[in-house]
Amino acid sequence: EMEELPRITVSQREQFLVENDVFGIYGYFDASDISTQKYMMEIQRDKQLDYLMKGLRQLGPQFSSLDSNRPWLCYWILQSIALLGESVDDELENNAIDFIGRCQGSDGGYGGGPGQLPHLATTYAAVNALVTLGGDKALSSINREKMSCFLRRMKDTSGGFRMHDMGEMDVRACYTAISVASILNIMDDELTRSLGDYILSCQTYEGGIGGEPGSEAHGGYTYCGLATMFLINEVDRLNLDSLMNWAVHRQGVEMGFQGRTNKLVDGCYTFWQAAPCVLLQRFYSAHDLVHHGSSHISQGTDEDHEDHVHDEDYPEDSDDDDSDEDSDEGSVNGHGVHHTSTYINRRIQPVFDSLGLQRYVLLCSKIPDGGFRDKPRKPRDFYHTCYCLSGLSVAQHAWSKDEDTPPLTRDILGSYSNLLEPVHLLHNVVMDRYNEAMEYFFKAP
Amino acid sequence: RTLDRELGNMDTDETLPLSQRSEWSDVVPLTQDDGPNPVVPIAYKDEFRETMDYFRAIYSSDERSPRALRLTEETLRLNSGNYTVWHFRRLVLEALNHDLYQELEFIESIAEDNSKNYQLWHHRRWVAEKLGPDVAGRELEFTRRVLSLDAKHYHAWSHRQWALRALGGWEDELDYCHELLEADVFNNSAWNQRYYVITRSPSSGGVEAMRESEVSYTIKAILTNPANESSWLYLKALYKDNKELWISDPSVSSVCLNVLSRTDCFHGFALSTLLDLLCEGLSPTNEHIDSVRALATEEPDTNLANLVCTILGRVDPIRANYWAWRKSKITVAAM
Repeated sequence: EMEELPRITVSQREQFLVENDVFGIYGYFDASDISTQKYMMEIQRDKQLDYLMKGLRQLGPQFSSLDSNRPWLCYWILQSIALLGESVDDELENNAIDFIGRCQGSDGGYGGGPGQLPHLATTYAAVNALVTLGGDKALSSINREKMSCFLRRMKDTSGGFRMHDMGEMDVRACYTAISVASILNIMDDELTRSLGDYILSCQTYEGGIGGEPGSEAHGGYTYCGLATMFLINEVDRLNLDSLMNWAVHRQGVEMGFQGRTNKLVDGCYTFWQAAPCVLLQRFYSAHDLVHHGSSHISQGTDEDHEDHVHDEDYPEDSDDDDSDEDSDEGSVNGHGVHHTSTYINRRIQPVFDSLGLQRYVLLCSKIPDGGFRDKPRKPRDFYHTCYCLSGLSVAQHAWSKDEDTPPLTRDILGSYSNLLEPVHLLHNVVMDRYNEAMEYFFKAP
Repeated sequence: RTLDRELGNMDTDETLPLSQRSEWSDVVPLTQDDGPNPVVPIAYKDEFRETMDYFRAIYSSDERSPRALRLTEETLRLNSGNYTVWHFRRLVLEALNHDLYQELEFIESIAEDNSKNYQLWHHRRWVAEKLGPDVAGRELEFTRRVLSLDAKHYHAWSHRQWALRALGGWEDELDYCHELLEADVFNNSAWNQRYYVITRSPSSGGVEAMRESEVSYTIKAILTNPANESSWLYLKALYKDNKELWISDPSVSSVCLNVLSRTDCFHGFALSTLLDLLCEGLSPTNEHIDSVRALATEEPDTNLANLVCTILGRVDPIRANYWAWRKSKITVAAM
């Protein structure tokens, strides 16, 4: 009698195919000579900028399906350019400000194109695009009073937000609304009322967050939910242990992140999943949090002095030799922070495999001709370009405890010239532009 | 549409450009206010541009007529992502008191070409809500069809959950989950749906009542595929509100020990479950200790949780830093 072969499920088959592709690339890389390897690791800035600038200037008819997402196209492209440390010329900048302005509704908010109904997602994209452009012209073009009205109109009695008039309600709508309110300095109690309750109800048994109460834990919504809770200062209401655990388990053998348990790796989750990992790790560190239940471990006496473990580099990492870099930090730190010890540790070991993640992005997602993609065999697009680059930035800066600590050479996969600008993790705009926006929207009247 | 063409009906023949249809001769198309030098300009095909120009015209004049309804359909077939058009279509449907059963069919025809579209699903929800419990079965059937093509389709699952909540039909849901898991035990969406049913179904007694049978179901799945993360997560979920029971229930402990004793499989999830149990206060028995020590190649730590972390750093190297971080968070206890 023939022994029955184990049946392969759809999940297993799809995973197997992707692994084949990915390990094929890694194998090819490992077997290549040094100069080929160097080439494969290069971000290819010139080609990236070519692709991005072309998109900003003209898109083909196939983009008609994104005709209601044009502020997104602006943001994806402008954010990518900014991450590469570049900016657009004055003419293009003015054209962008003008165009985005035409997407602004007379009653506040921005639609997907001129004359379209204002929508929270395109509003988020428009505001982020303008913040990324920076400067008075861009920032002053946002009608904050009308925006307040728009956000309030989108607020639902359940605590959540609707995407547009009578539109769908989910965690993404909550995030886009609050991110905008936060940056523009128009947050108020009405907007945040019961919002934490709604997002809490979207955290699942897995630890991640779903789009609506009951929906499956998903990378995109987890980022949105977590970022929102940070912005409204209610992070500690979430089950952070299970959230952290879920997020780190989304990194698979390909070294990229998947969006959901047992689904496939995708370059865009580089941002959606790595950002929560970094946010949580820094939060635990800043609040000196002990992992829940650790005091329950039934073994011997309560030696409390060990509870508050310092977030230092782990003993195993013996070649971590950055004490030289850090010891001067205290004296050059212009922020007047008081240090209780002379050894100021401004670095942490990221809980996810950052170099592995960077490897996936650079070898499997990056297209040498410009642009980034989900995974091998998928075509490039501006959405993946934005989130692969944003995620790459997050990964490169993952060792820093705060934005004043620059990455070391060994934090960056490939040459140091691959280094991207750091982003504000809660808004995904480049830090410098965020700071400028803060200056502008929060200055005393 | 074909009939119009055959009859040579110049009024409404949709194969003709709108500007050539006499039905629309009174409408002045409105061009897009892109400005002189827009960024991200799309090189629209003529048909697309023209259709949008006519839509802008009736949107701006707020015309809620039968021809407006037909125009929104044409527009949506060109770009189903245009939420402004969907929104306006809803206004027109209401104004005309249009047959919403027909609307369900319309949505299905749009879904054929692209089901991964937020707007379509929101529109479906809006229609189904108006039709009420009468369409409960139909919504379950529709989502089942979509899921038969993609068993993890996020929008389909959201819609299905909404339909159960708003319209009912819970009776066969757990069986449906089982059906999907029989086909693919790695389908995390189906596991998530199981949890949804046992916690939300009005006829379920809640997790308390369902725990025993669900635990047994889950353990069976774990033992068949110990590397399936979904089943381990689900097992823990069954004790979400009763951690004392979780650490005292012998089935939980024994599934970990069972997997740890096997040489042919991944031990990561068994070990991390054991770690969580220990952190929650489980008093390890000799069986636990021996089981873990058997896997240790390192110097055995007196603190079992520490040792588990160490082993995890080796068997689950992607998360080596995470397990080290977990270890650093465990109280170092003196024996």
